[in-house]
Amino acid sequence: MARVVVDVMPKPEILDPQGKAVTGALGRLGFTGLSVRQGKRFELEVEGEVTEDRLADIRRAAETLLANTVIETFDVRVEQPAEAGA
Amino acid sequence: MAPKVGVVTFPGSLDDHDALRAVRIAGAEPVPLWHASDDLRGVDAVILPGGFSYGDYLRCGAISRFSPVMGSVITAANAGMPVLGVCNGFQILCEAHLLPGALIRNHVRTFVCVDQRLRVESTGTAWTSDYSAGQEITIVLKNGEGGYVADEDTLDRLEGEGRVVVRYLGDNPNGSFRDIAGIANERGNVVGLMPHPEHNVDPLTGPGTDGVPFFSSVANFLSARV
Repeated sequence: MARVVVDVMPKPEILDPQGKAVTGALGRLGFTGLSVRQGKRFELEVEGEVTEDRLADIRRAAETLLANTVIETFDVRVEQPAEAGA
Repeated sequence: MAPKVGVVTFPGSLDDHDALRAVRIAGAEPVPLWHASDDLRGVDAVILPGGFSYGDYLRCGAISRFSPVMGSVITAANAGMPVLGVCNGFQILCEAHLLPGALIRNHVRTFVCVDQRLRVESTGTAWTSDYSAGQEITIVLKNGEGGYVADEDTLDRLEGEGRVVVRYLGDNPNGSFRDIAGIANERGNVVGLMPHPEHNVDPLTGPGTDGVPFFSSVANFLSARV
């Protein structure tokens, strides 16, 4: 079964209080010089072949439900199985 | 006959009963509605109450927005039916694109629960006509994700068209752009706000009754129309 990954991130101009809190915690732990923005990763197991039509469908799903495009951007990509590399 | 005002209960709604009570106090007939049914039971207006519908999974209001009842609410709202969204209800209205913008986590990163001073900026909506313009009121505010955001063009349009309905006074409690606490759609039938007028309708259970006009406004609006 193929896997499609949808990454959702808050838009750069939108305040990200969670990312800010994580950034602060990292600093307190001594991991300095790191600035965090926190998003979401969705893993979609897709039945059948991942065709262009299927991907277009998934992009529509991401735009409809997974992301709120008023405040977030999203990115859809097919995750290649490790053994099929090369 | 008293106008009928429906209040939707979603799984995770908290303030549906207070909203039903507020409707009754304002002289309208409260009608419970259920998220899984697309039947609006002949109501003349709808309230989406506060709470954590569908557990706030994904984003606040993101899943409720696609519930069966919301299909009917969106159709009715677009046809002019008065719809009020309070807190989680405001989030649902934004997710449903009945109102512009979105609500994000408070900039203070904590849940906020205060008696909030507000200024009523617009009395031209179905839900605020019983206030006087510029009236200062105090209403309960309790939310974790109440920061109102929208792009500059949208904010300018809301201000220019008099669609900012209520604004926070004093320190901004949640990072909302331009201190916006509530907005209306172009037609003025759909209003969303973060503060909870339904908690401020009875001196026995709240610090004041400044919330009553939200409910009496719509009752009068509907009675005048019949």
